[in-house]
Amino acid sequence: MSRVLVLFAHPGQRHSRVNLAMAKAASSVADVTFADLYAEYPTFGIDIDIEQKRLLAHDTVVFQFPLYWYSTPSLLKEWQDLVLEYGFSYGPGGDKLQGKKFLAVVTAGGRPAAYDADVNRMHGLRTLLSPLQRSVEVCGMTFLPPFVLFGAIDANSDGRAPRHILAYRSLLEALRDDRLDPAIPSRENFLDYSHIPMGKEMEA
Amino acid sequence: MNGFLFQAFIYLLAAVVAVLIAKRLGLGSVLGYLIAGVVIGPLLHLVGNETEDLQTFAEFGVVMMLFLVGLELQPRTLWDMRTRLLGLGGLQVLVTGGVLTLLGIAVGVPWDVSMVAGFVLSMSSTAIVLQTLGEKGLLKSDGGQSCFSVLLFQDISVIPILAVIPLLARPELIASQSASHSGGHASQAADWMSGMPGWEVTLITVAAVGFVVVAGNYLSRPFFRIIAASKLREVFTAAGLLLVIAIALLMTLVGLSPALGTFLAGVVLANSEFRHELESDIEPFKGLLLGLFFITVGASVNFTLLWDQLPLVAALTAAVMATKAAVLYGLGRMFKLQGADRWLFALGVAQAGEFGFVLLSFTVQSAVLAESIAAILLLVIALSMMLTPVLFILLDKLIIPRFNRVEGKQSDEIPEQAHIIIAGLGRFGQVINRILVANGHKTVVLDYRADIVDGLRKMGMRSFFGDASRPDLLHSAGLREAKVLVVAIDDMPRALEIVKHARRENSSLHIVARARDRADVYRLYQAGATDIVREVFDSSVRAAGYALSATGMHPYDVEKSKNVFVQHDRAGLRQLAPLWREDIPVFDNPEYVAKVKEITGAIEDAMLGNRGAFLDELDRGWTPPTAPAGS
Repeated sequence: MSRVLVLFAHPGQRHSRVNLAMAKAASSVADVTFADLYAEYPTFGIDIDIEQKRLLAHDTVVFQFPLYWYSTPSLLKEWQDLVLEYGFSYGPGGDKLQGKKFLAVVTAGGRPAAYDADVNRMHGLRTLLSPLQRSVEVCGMTFLPPFVLFGAIDANSDGRAPRHILAYRSLLEALRDDRLDPAIPSRENFLDYSHIPMGKEMEA
Repeated sequence: MNGFLFQAFIYLLAAVVAVLIAKRLGLGSVLGYLIAGVVIGPLLHLVGNETEDLQTFAEFGVVMMLFLVGLELQPRTLWDMRTRLLGLGGLQVLVTGGVLTLLGIAVGVPWDVSMVAGFVLSMSSTAIVLQTLGEKGLLKSDGGQSCFSVLLFQDISVIPILAVIPLLARPELIASQSASHSGGHASQAADWMSGMPGWEVTLITVAAVGFVVVAGNYLSRPFFRIIAASKLREVFTAAGLLLVIAIALLMTLVGLSPALGTFLAGVVLANSEFRHELESDIEPFKGLLLGLFFITVGASVNFTLLWDQLPLVAALTAAVMATKAAVLYGLGRMFKLQGADRWLFALGVAQAGEFGFVLLSFTVQSAVLAESIAAILLLVIALSMMLTPVLFILLDKLIIPRFNRVEGKQSDEIPEQAHIIIAGLGRFGQVINRILVANGHKTVVLDYRADIVDGLRKMGMRSFFGDASRPDLLHSAGLREAKVLVVAIDDMPRALEIVKHARRENSSLHIVARARDRADVYRLYQAGATDIVREVFDSSVRAAGYALSATGMHPYDVEKSKNVFVQHDRAGLRQLAPLWREDIPVFDNPEYVAKVKEITGAIEDAMLGNRGAFLDELDRGWTPPTAPAGS
């Protein structure tokens, strides 16, 4: 049993095609803590103490967000700037997040090709997400392969959205129940709805 | 005098007791009144023949009810209903009347008697149906609107039916009737027009209706404005009653249905700022009169005849209601009513109604039906009216739940338009209203200053005249269904009253309240307000921000400083609330004073120059690390 915290950041929920439905699914998974950051801090007045306490109370941290200019929406960046404090998550005494797991759940508007490392050597999605990965690793957490939906703009019309949402739900359940294959961080590049490797006991 | 008091005592006692019991059992008030009538009339014989006179008088409740229904209906909505009104309503009367006539002929009743009885029974009970639908909050539903269309059309169709009935007079009855007076419900009133040529009658009728529309639009508002300015509540009530009665009188004079006339006047006034005030003034009269009407229906059931003819009356009632329900169900299908709405429509107006009473007495006077037949039909009507509340219970318990389960699944994601009431339209309320309206919400704005309401209406703000601290006015503004109530008035005792009352009536209501100072905040909190806003707090904070900026502080630091102050202040308020006592001035309350010192310590320190704690909080998160990261 792992305590999972989903931090959802989406400033344009009225226009959301897939993320809002994913958020609904996430908030309905039992024993998973779900937080809509833009609802909790509409004026960006992030409460550092509350956020740090919330991190301490969980084993796995999930960022769920749409990719904005190859990065997180601004409130989620503000959250990192404020909450991942010197002396809390890095630096002397900054070991409070050591050993926790981190998962980025990303929806991207562009087609896979737009983020393909082979097509565009410099700017594959893993490269673009590397600042996030590096931050997480500096805090001593394990960066899991991101769970990605490419081409989110037409995922509803071609029927991928429901499959993605369903997979997201089972991914959260797997994280909660520690059923995810422990070897994936080093082995996999991305996770998506057709590909979520489970641990041995599940395959049996 | 004593006799009158005794009668009044019996009726009121029966009403109070029976309705309370019926409500407690979840049966609705109408059934309660009907049972009360049966108990004090045929069972205990506490009341006698005066019930008939009372009934004519109490029928005025129906007139008032239609006025109130009209007030709820914008002229546009009525226009949008025209297909339903004419199609659904017209077909209901024609098809039901026709089928009942054929059934009568099939069992060997003469065709003319069948036809008269058929059309008399095709009428439904506006009083019972609208009262019950209103109580259940179903008036605005698709089914409710369809019921209403049918009832309104029936109201109109009474006029031609009354005109045709005398043509069917039977010679053998005329002899026995000639002694009694030949006048009737409408014909008597319109006697003075009987000598006129047809076009003149038409002209007068059209002119009367036109007068109601024009006067309602242009004369009533200055009239009510003058009365509102007098600030005498009972005069406003009297003026409201006067309006209804005057229109009813005018309509009777030209031979139109008074209910129809007042309905029209209601529609005309639906857009006026006095709508909610009128509603809450007329409402109690309507309620009492309708209650009385239902009691008289119960009391007038002739039990001797009922026992004698039980199989016949029961069979007739069942046949009538089944026929009406079947026709209605078919029409509902034709007009694409779905699921529960179609059933509501089919069972809702399947009874015969009070217009039947009027028509029956007229048919007897016009020598169309023999009294013995009329007496049986009277029983059928009364019985079917008494069965209606039972049908509604059936609908509630058995039919509607079946459809709701299906509908629950496909509820859509779009947040529905919230019903929002704003009390007070001063500087505070206006801003709130503008923002809410700009976000597509429909608000009901109330203010008791008629001049302000009038002025803002000219600028296109949907506002209504009325004192929001009056419970009945809040009700007609939709307190029960409201999601949000904003109390934006600056009169604290009144604001507290509103909040307390609203909280009692609607426990899930979100109440946003305006407070002057901290003491108000505590009072409003105890009264049940959800969000409390000190009226000048936010503006003072903004002013402080400008002052800080002027000293050369970086604008972003100013913003952060303001935020930290607001957070501290509000957290302090929450901690102080339980210590505050209404009966002790804050300076004489040692616990309160101690807590104030403790909480505001950090901020006061900062203000006195000892800025450590306050600055820590400001700079938190942007403090640079002392060693390079990732090393």
